[in-house]
Amino acid sequence: MSGRLAANVIHFARVLRAAGLPVGTGQALDAVRAVEQVGIEGRDDFYWTLHAVLVTRADQRALFDEAFALFWQTRRLISQLAQTHRGEEAEDGHDEGSRTSRRVAEALMPETVAERREDKVEVERDAALTWSERERLQAMDFEEMSAEELRRARDLVARMRLPIMVLPTRRLEPSTLGRAVDMRATLRASMRAGGDVIRLRRARRKRRRPPIVVLCDISGSMSRYSRMMLHFLHAVTGDRDRVHSFLFGTRLTNVTRHLRHRDVDHALARVAESVEDWSGGTRIGACLHDFNRHWSRRVLGQGALVLLITDGLDREAGDGLAAEMRRLHDSCRRLVWLNPLLRFEGFQPKSLGVRAMLPYVDDFRPVHSLDSLQALVDVLSRPAHHRPTFAPRRAA
Amino acid sequence: MVPASIPDSVDSTLALLAGGDYVTGRNLATAVFLSLRMHRPLFLEGEAGVGKTEIAKVLAATLGRPLVRLQCYEGLDVASAVYEWNYARQMIEIRLAEAAGEKDRAAIARDVFSWDFVIRRPLLQAIRPEPESAGAPVLLIDELDRADEPFEAFLLEVLSDYQITIPEIGPIKAAEPPAVVITSNRTREIHDALKRRCLYHWVDYPDAVTELEILRRKAPNATEALSRQVVAFVQRLRGMDLFKSPGIAETIDWCTALTELDRTELDLATVDATLGALLKYQDDIAAVRGEQAQALIAEAKATVDADPA
Repeated sequence: MSGRLAANVIHFARVLRAAGLPVGTGQALDAVRAVEQVGIEGRDDFYWTLHAVLVTRADQRALFDEAFALFWQTRRLISQLAQTHRGEEAEDGHDEGSRTSRRVAEALMPETVAERREDKVEVERDAALTWSERERLQAMDFEEMSAEELRRARDLVARMRLPIMVLPTRRLEPSTLGRAVDMRATLRASMRAGGDVIRLRRARRKRRRPPIVVLCDISGSMSRYSRMMLHFLHAVTGDRDRVHSFLFGTRLTNVTRHLRHRDVDHALARVAESVEDWSGGTRIGACLHDFNRHWSRRVLGQGALVLLITDGLDREAGDGLAAEMRRLHDSCRRLVWLNPLLRFEGFQPKSLGVRAMLPYVDDFRPVHSLDSLQALVDVLSRPAHHRPTFAPRRAA
Repeated sequence: MVPASIPDSVDSTLALLAGGDYVTGRNLATAVFLSLRMHRPLFLEGEAGVGKTEIAKVLAATLGRPLVRLQCYEGLDVASAVYEWNYARQMIEIRLAEAAGEKDRAAIARDVFSWDFVIRRPLLQAIRPEPESAGAPVLLIDELDRADEPFEAFLLEVLSDYQITIPEIGPIKAAEPPAVVITSNRTREIHDALKRRCLYHWVDYPDAVTELEILRRKAPNATEALSRQVVAFVQRLRGMDLFKSPGIAETIDWCTALTELDRTELDLATVDATLGALLKYQDDIAAVRGEQAQALIAEAKATVDADPA
């Protein structure tokens, strides 16, 4: 292959990286090799060749697609790229779909687009209410945690006892008290020792904590707990592997990746940015439907413990909620509902949402006052009473 | 079986796959071609039933290579994925050596930890096939998303160098790298580090033309009219808000089922009775059965009538 094409392929890989695709140097070199194999006669073949090497997730396809079109069309006229692109931008400047284009364009020509972007920022924040709500939440939540608070939060979460703490896996680990005989270790040891006596080495099943999926309500009626919940989620995410966190109000947001950031204030800032329905209404049914449809098979596959944190006050009065709860219950190992609204033991499920949800919960945890992380951890650590006594478990 | 040589262009890859009754587009063929030429694992992701596993089988059959399949599950360990020692034989061997008066323990140890006592599990079979003349096999690592992260990390090591180390024997490197196909149903995200060593392809549901071609090959007894209606029906069904849309495997099953029932056309009673071949969740079946099915049948027939080609 000519050196010029190779250079272009590598440049293209760099553009993708700048546009946000995780493309490594190794992949860029692979792309050159791959193009050598396939040749550049057909545009489609060329497209799919680069796609096979440079794309690693289905959702990267859109970005790749745009970058490909833009890059390889304008490549011949690289010197005129700035003008060409400015023209395109002016035409579709305000429509929603151009957001990825802007990323690609920025990656291609960082300096020309950056300045254009400045005066566009306002357009994205269209709903004034959402904006102000977000502002308010940021003001409320961004009091930084002191080092002492952080340490306490970590300790608390580490000491938390969930209804299922550990599960046996199929893997074995050496253990003097184990029941299984570790043949491999036994034979190795006996050959090493050189004695006539074969001493059995033992093994037992390794134990592992189950994955946790947290679905947390952040609607208006729950808003006074938001900060604490987020701190809780951040501490849990840092404490164990396989934690997935979702926030919901009127729509569902996956905040798992944001919460993985080590710095709690930074993590919460990113969460606040990505969620757009703080302190609004609640559509529990619709959000659970969204979860069941798009996420349950991806995050519940390994027998997860689901922690549902909501007061059960549903704007849609429980419409379609029962069916979604049943599906959720059927696809996880254990469904724990933490309800912070209850004030007295003799609680009766009056709200339609609560009534629709209760039959499908394995473990119902009402709490009288939830005012600190300590209280939250205490509720979750209480021994399980397996089902609410005042409701039949399953209608049918 | 004489191993066929690997294809030298995307077109010949398409022809190769078609020879094994696997109908697909150029995009997947490009990924397959590159995987074979560059000795990179092919990483296929997609919904259940779109033909991810099938491609490994077809490759093995058309290339004339043995297929080695590793079905993943949580807790998959070295003993069941890579190799295991034949302990019973080792013990007997030690007893025999002792009975014969063999005193040199080191020699016995060397002896019982040799190839004769290794039970090859799929990964080792793929790296060091048996018999060794059979040629590099096609290694299918099925449903990797079911395995856990530690196994994934181990696999990373195997797939980057096609090398496995048995402590007592030493590193074993593949004479010729196997063709590797990894599938995932995406019940969890596979780590980027592994995907980056692979050629990635998202296997989508086929379009109507491709799906009809697949039916012609896989359900040859169905009448042309029935196949067309089935495809039109299923394509519409995939546009609905279902918990699990039917894959190609389900389309083939359903078409075969209708043929077994001697149907040459879709009718409501039969569709209602056989929906279980297409949809695997009661909620989905309940949503489609009856009126919805009636509407879909009408639309499917209209589509077929509008395009009699």
